[in-house]
Amino acid sequence: MASLNEFLFVSGLLFAVGLAGVIVRRNIIVIFMSLELMLAAASLTLVAFSRYHVTDNGLPDYNGQVFVFFIITVAAAEVAVGLAIIVALYRARQTINVEDLNSMRG
Amino acid sequence: MHSLLFYLFSFLAVAGGILLVAFRNPVSSALSMVLSFVGLAGLFIGLNAYFVGIVQILVYAGAIMVLFIFIIMLLDLNSEEKVKFRSSTVVLGIVIPLCLIFQILGVIQSQDTKKFQPITEETLTAAAESFPEDSAIHKSLAHEKTPQLPDTNLIGRHIFTHYNFPLQVMGALLLVATIGVVVLSKRTAKTRPTNS
Repeated sequence: MASLNEFLFVSGLLFAVGLAGVIVRRNIIVIFMSLELMLAAASLTLVAFSRYHVTDNGLPDYNGQVFVFFIITVAAAEVAVGLAIIVALYRARQTINVEDLNSMRG
Repeated sequence: MHSLLFYLFSFLAVAGGILLVAFRNPVSSALSMVLSFVGLAGLFIGLNAYFVGIVQILVYAGAIMVLFIFIIMLLDLNSEEKVKFRSSTVVLGIVIPLCLIFQILGVIQSQDTKKFQPITEETLTAAAESFPEDSAIHKSLAHEKTPQLPDTNLIGRHIFTHYNFPLQVMGALLLVATIGVVVLSKRTAKTRPTNS
C-alpha cells in the first residue's frame, strides 16, 4: 500500500509540472490550465491527509474532503470568470500571447 | 488501494500534466488536462474519497474542459503556437519546479510515515456507534450483509453542521461569479462596434 509520503510526492510533482507550465508557456489559456492543475494537486494533498488522519470513530477525517469540495466550487467559478476575461481581452487586443499583453491601457 | 493501481493512476496524472505543458496545440493541452484529472480522480477513489473523485470527473473533466475547448474554438486558436520558447524562460521553468521538488523531498524524508489503516467491515460497524440509531449513515455503516462507507452522507453531514456559513458564502460567490461573467461579456459586446 502506498504511504502518505508517496501521495504527497505525487501531489508535489503535479504542482511542479503546473508551475513549470505557468512559467514556460506564453499562451494565456494554457497558463490558465496549468493553474487548474496546481489547484487539483493541492486537493490531492488534502484528500491524502484526510484519509491518513483517522478520527476517533475509525473513519477518515472529512474536514479535508469538505475543503476539497469548496476548492472545486471556487475553481469552477474562477474558470468561468477567467475565461470571460480572456475573451474580453482577445476582443480588445486580438491576441492571447502574454508577451504581447504588456500594457494595462484599456 | 493497491500499490499497482496507485502507480498507474499517479503515472496517468503526472504524464497528463507533462503533456499539458509540452503540447503546442491548445486543444491537445486541454485533452491531456482531462487525462491528468482522470488519473487524479482514480487516486481520490483509491483513498476512499468516492464523492470527491466523482465530483472531480464531473466538474473538471466534464464542465471545465468543455468550457476550455469552447473558448479555444470561439477564439479560433487551433493553429500551432508560432513563437518559440525563450531559452531563459525554459531554464527558469525547469530550475524553479526542480527546487520545489527537492524541498518537498527533503521535508518528506525528515518525516516519519503515517501508517495506512484500511477500512474493513469491522471498523465500519464499530464506527456506526457514534451516529444516531435511525440515521442513514448508521444504517449503511451497520448493514448486516454489506456495510458500506456512506461517503456522501458523511461529507453532507459535515458541510451542513460544521461548515454551514462557508456554504452560504459559496452560494453568494457563485451568484457573484455568474453576474460578473454576464457583465464582462455584455460590456465587450457593447464596445465592439466602436472599436472596429
